[in-house]
Amino acid sequence: MRAYTAIFIARLKMLLQYRAAAWAGAGTQLFFGAALVAMRQAFYHSGHAIPPLPEAQMITYSWLTQAFFALSPFTANPDPEVRAMMRDGTVAYELARPLDLYTLWFTRNTANRVAPTILRSLPIFVIGMAFLGMQPPPSLAAFLAFLLALLGAVALIASWCTLITISLLWTLSGDGIARIAPGLVAVLSGQILPLALLPDTLQPTLRFLPFIGMVDAPFTLWIGQRPVSELGPTLLHQLAWTAVFVLVGRFLLARGLKRLVVQGG
Amino acid sequence: MRLRVLLSLMRASIRSQMQYRASFVLYSLGNFSAVAVEVLGLWGLFARFGNLPGWSLAQVAVLYGMVHMAFALAEAAGRGFDQFASVVRAGDFDRFLLRPHPTALLLAGQTFELSRIGRLAAGLIGLLWGASHAGVHWDALKIATLIGAILGGALIFYGVLVMQATLCFFTVESLEIVNALTYGGIMAAELPLTIYPKWIRLLFTFVVPIACMNYLPASVIFAHPGASPWLALLAPVVGVGFLTLALQLWKCGERQYRSTGS
Repeated sequence: MRAYTAIFIARLKMLLQYRAAAWAGAGTQLFFGAALVAMRQAFYHSGHAIPPLPEAQMITYSWLTQAFFALSPFTANPDPEVRAMMRDGTVAYELARPLDLYTLWFTRNTANRVAPTILRSLPIFVIGMAFLGMQPPPSLAAFLAFLLALLGAVALIASWCTLITISLLWTLSGDGIARIAPGLVAVLSGQILPLALLPDTLQPTLRFLPFIGMVDAPFTLWIGQRPVSELGPTLLHQLAWTAVFVLVGRFLLARGLKRLVVQGG
Repeated sequence: MRLRVLLSLMRASIRSQMQYRASFVLYSLGNFSAVAVEVLGLWGLFARFGNLPGWSLAQVAVLYGMVHMAFALAEAAGRGFDQFASVVRAGDFDRFLLRPHPTALLLAGQTFELSRIGRLAAGLIGLLWGASHAGVHWDALKIATLIGAILGGALIFYGVLVMQATLCFFTVESLEIVNALTYGGIMAAELPLTIYPKWIRLLFTFVVPIACMNYLPASVIFAHPGASPWLALLAPVVGVGFLTLALQLWKCGERQYRSTGS
């Protein structure tokens, strides 16, 4: 365990070096957020329907998706380093380490998502709360519930990213499912549009699928649309799907390593 | 002569990508799906709220198709500029300077990114569906306006890519903030510009003139009140002007270039 903690912290430190890039990223996110909010408001003001998500909550939700953009599964491509290793054969080194490969990749994927999020989210929270209509959670309990669900989301996203990384063992050039999955996940998680705004007939399916736990669940806790009393079921849903992703990932990794042919050279 | 150089460079790039056919198909599918999900977001909003004032879903689909087709063309042809930051950082630009052709020409021919056919296809599907459901009587003039707008738009986006690459001469790294102008511009242009606050409207009309290839010509095609027929000509004219400006800036930037060494 100590080894993985050390790897996690080392990667976090390395990734936290890119501060200028993070500031530029926050600027981009602020711009996108402003355009996104304006676009959604136009629909809210066209006055044809009573939305299931009040406008003020929609605005806060929109800024949350921007603040946590680096965490979101939309950017969850497979670990770029593993992808490069698959290509040039250095993945053999990974196998030689006295570490559990799954845990190693899981740790790295977690750090890859968390580090840029730490850097990027802060300016957006500050500017968003001060000037752009982003509201704090309705109660301290809601905020704490949000934090716990966010942890659940990190575990869920990291296990999903690790699964996608493992899929590279089958597709040498690092494509296939890894290219097509992010778009779908973006819709099903609430990154593209708050899930409550999608058609009502889809809601049961969306609630069952794992992706709601990545974005929509923590954010609806923050805005108070999901009551704090639902925290238990939310965490259970996240953990159950995390367990599924971990088990499938471990199984596929074991199978994949048996038939792995390292590109020599 | 120069055109021949450009075309032969592009042919070589296409041939090399065609060596990995399965990879090309998957990249294109991925590119298609990444663009197509945005439609799901728009569709969700329309399903929930109904039409925007003055614009039906079909008309918005035409806007969507136009902007994505234009950007796909620019992105495919301008990939060399898009990836220019890594060339500067590695000091590889020095080698471009030794070759007996203008550097912009060499970069333009460096990569013709075929997988952008995914975005092109997504745009085309949106455009065709929208065009057939928007209740427009299509005549030769309207079709010419549409094609002119898409090609003019491709020139505008190409100009943005060139300008983004020009910045690398000064900053050495690629500036993500410019993505706000390309991808943000596309996102904004999927819907009529009138719904946005004034600063966004001004930005995408006068600084990065995406409105000239999207909202304004579409208003002419859909005969929105107050749309002057002359606006149809705007896209190609502005496109040529904007790209010319970008290439002039490129030349200025190039003179500033200092190698990072090796």
